[in-house]
Parts: sequence; C-alpha cells; structure tokens
Amino acid sequence: MFDEPFAHGSSPVHGLDPRVRLAMAGIFSVCVAMLREPAAAGAALLLAVVILALSAPPMKQLCKRVALVNVFIVFLWLTVPLTMPGAPVLTLGPLTASREGVELVWLATLKSNAILLTFLALVTSMDSPTMGHALNRLGAPSKLVFLFLFTYRYLHVIADEWQRLLTAARLRGFALRTGMHTYRTIGNLLAMVLVNSFDRSGRVYQAMLLRGFQGRFASVVRFKARRQDALFAALWLIATAGLVLMDLFPEAFFV
Amino acid sequence: MHISEGVLSAAILGLGAALTVCGTAIGLRRLDYDRLMTVAILAAAFFVGSLIHIPIGPASAHLILNGLLGAILGWAAFPAILVALMLQSVLFQYGGFTVIGVNAFNMAFPAVLCFLLLRPLLSRPGRMRTAGAFCCGALSVAGAALLTAVSLAWTDQGFLQAARLLFLAHVPVMVVEGIVTVLAVSFLYKVRPELLLFAAGPEGGRHA
Repeated sequence: MFDEPFAHGSSPVHGLDPRVRLAMAGIFSVCVAMLREPAAAGAALLLAVVILALSAPPMKQLCKRVALVNVFIVFLWLTVPLTMPGAPVLTLGPLTASREGVELVWLATLKSNAILLTFLALVTSMDSPTMGHALNRLGAPSKLVFLFLFTYRYLHVIADEWQRLLTAARLRGFALRTGMHTYRTIGNLLAMVLVNSFDRSGRVYQAMLLRGFQGRFASVVRFKARRQDALFAALWLIATAGLVLMDLFPEAFFV
Repeated sequence: MHISEGVLSAAILGLGAALTVCGTAIGLRRLDYDRLMTVAILAAAFFVGSLIHIPIGPASAHLILNGLLGAILGWAAFPAILVALMLQSVLFQYGGFTVIGVNAFNMAFPAVLCFLLLRPLLSRPGRMRTAGAFCCGALSVAGAALLTAVSLAWTDQGFLQAARLLFLAHVPVMVVEGIVTVLAVSFLYKVRPELLLFAAGPEGGRHA
C-alpha cells in the first residue's frame, strides 16, 4: 500500500552513504528556504534537477508525486496574485493580478520545487528503516527513532486491518455518503482499529521483552563513508554556498 | 493542511522548529519504552486514519484526527504527530526538513491544549463527555487551521487572503471531525476505557 518506488536503484546517488545524503539534503533545504532572489532560487532548482537526474528515478511515479505535492502551490497561484494589492499586470474581467503577488508566488514555486526535487533525489532514494538508522547515527534522540521505526513497521499492518474492516462493512452494504450513518460507521471502525492497535502494541512489546529487549536497538546496519561520499559532500557544499552568495550579492553575478 | 517547503519565512520556520523540539522533548520525557510502543502503533493507526476521505456534501475531505490523538495521548501527541509527518514526507513527499517543525507544531499544539483544557469533561459520563469530545475534535482542527493561516499571514501580508480562504475551507472539516471524535470516544469508553486513561500516567493505560 505504501510502496517506496524511489528507494531501490543502482544509480551513483543510491551508492552514497545515507548519513551524508541526509545531512546534505538538510543543509540544502535550510539554505534554499532562506533565499530571497528568484535568480538564486532558479539556480537551486537547476542544481536539484541535476542531482535528481543522477538518481535516475522512475519517471511515471516521479511526475505523479511532483504533481500531487504542487497542489498547494497551485492553490497559492489561484489566490495570492488576485488578492494581494499592488501594481496590476493582468486583468481578466473583474479580477486583477498584481505584480507583487506573482513575484511572491513565483519565488515560492522555485524554492518549493528545488527542495522537493532534492529531497526526492537524496532522501527518498533510501527506504524508511535505513533513514531511521541514519537519523540515529546523526544524533536524533533514540526514543524518537524508536517511534519512527515502529510506526513505519506497523503502518502496513494497520492499513491492512483498516481495509479488512472496510471490506467487511462494504459487504454488508455500507457506502460512503454525507450523513450521520456514514460518520457513525467511520467513527466506530476507526475506534475499533485503535482498540486493535492498542492490544497489538501490548503483545508486540511483551514479545520483544521475551527476546531480551532492554531499550536499545542492536542494529545490523553498518554505514561506511568512503572517498566518493567526501567528494560529493564537498561539491554539494560548495554549490550550496554558491547559491547563498548569489542570494546575498546578486549584483556580482549579473554585471 | 500541509504547508509546502519554500513558502514560509525563515523566522516562522525557526520558531516552529524550536517549539516542536520543546513539545517533543516534553512528550518523550514522559514515556518509557513500554508506553512508547503503544504510542508508535497508535501513531501508525492515526496515519492510516488520516488517509480516510469522508464525503461532505459535494466535496470530500480527509480526517486529521489530531483532536482524538491529543485526547488519548496528551503530550505524547507531539512526538506521535512529528513521526507521522516524517513518514508522510518520506512516503508521499508532503513537507520536508525545514517546514516539518511548523506543520508539527500547528497540528500538535491545539491537540495538547484541548487535552489539557477538556480533560475534566471527558472523564464525566453522559452529555458532558459528548460536548467535551466534540470540542476536542472540532477545536483541534480549528486551532490547526488557524495556526496554519497565521504562519502564512506572518510570512507575508500578501498571503493574508489565501490564509483566510484556507481557514474557511476547514470549517466543514471541523464539524465532521467533532462528530467522528464524539463517536470514537464513546465507542472507546464502552469497549476499552483504559485506552482513554493512557495519558494519565505510567499507571494509566497499562495492559493487564
């Protein structure tokens, strides 16, 4: 149900150390989120496209994901230019789009997609358990990592359980409509899933105690940073620093 | 409800991240590994629950369920919501590194606030519980929508109308969410009341 179509591949990006990929994606996201110049944001998007191309993602799923995530951006395009006061650039009947509004949303679109594509290239190219362990090595609190790993582990189990209950309800003639009957049924099914989950968590924890769990994961995952990881990190940091400089001193780049 | 990456200003992003770190630290400090497992599996259940699309008139909306999560988990709703959002960003790419603090705070803070304020009502039987559960569900969504709108409006005045529209679009969701929370809470009280005592402390919500 929750497949990770980008997680497995043989591209150069997939070969990099997950810790390095996570850290680099994090630094890049923070820097790009601060940008104020559309030119620098455009350069960031270009860099993101390059790294995404290197990670060789499956195109069909990629387009679907990018389109879904951009729904919020489309919402901004439909509202902000029309409602933000400023110099008019386009008039359609009673509606007027302002230059300031267009500029604001254009900058957000560039930044948002630059961060999204980098995230797709560097982070979704690892599966969630790997990400959990990499976060742990990078210093995330171990309780939070525990929570992340087990939530991921039981996501699939509980999604199946929900589907099973919904199928049973459908077989008895239940159909989703607007009305109290639907809300009552959904509320009860949801509560049933919660009860089952609560009971399951007790059983799982007891099973873990029986196997000697003492609050610490003995992970078999070993991360090893190699020369290409250092090379990638250096190049990536230089490029990110370039973006920040371009944002701070835009005149220097467009003489 | 998710704000995308690259939209908000640095000040809002930093503030959201700092507040989420505090909330998560409080939530995690009160949990030992025994209870942590329950939080993990309930967080997974809420993740699945938030994928349910419910028809409201001609449109449909997905449940957010932060109110119900807060009513059950209390402060532990902070780490649970943070983890659920992390998984949403890995699995569906909604949100990412920089905006996750703001999104997690926007959803978790109203839920914890409702828990703290409405807790006394929820433990009483009858009408009081119904009213408490409805407010818990509806106000948590209202608070989340309000905080989301405020984060947008504080970033840039130009987002003001879009933020207002976003809040208004969530009004029907608030009502439905309130109703579903009432029904789920009354079901839980009949079937497994110890689940609703989970947030009361290490003694509450233990498995027999």
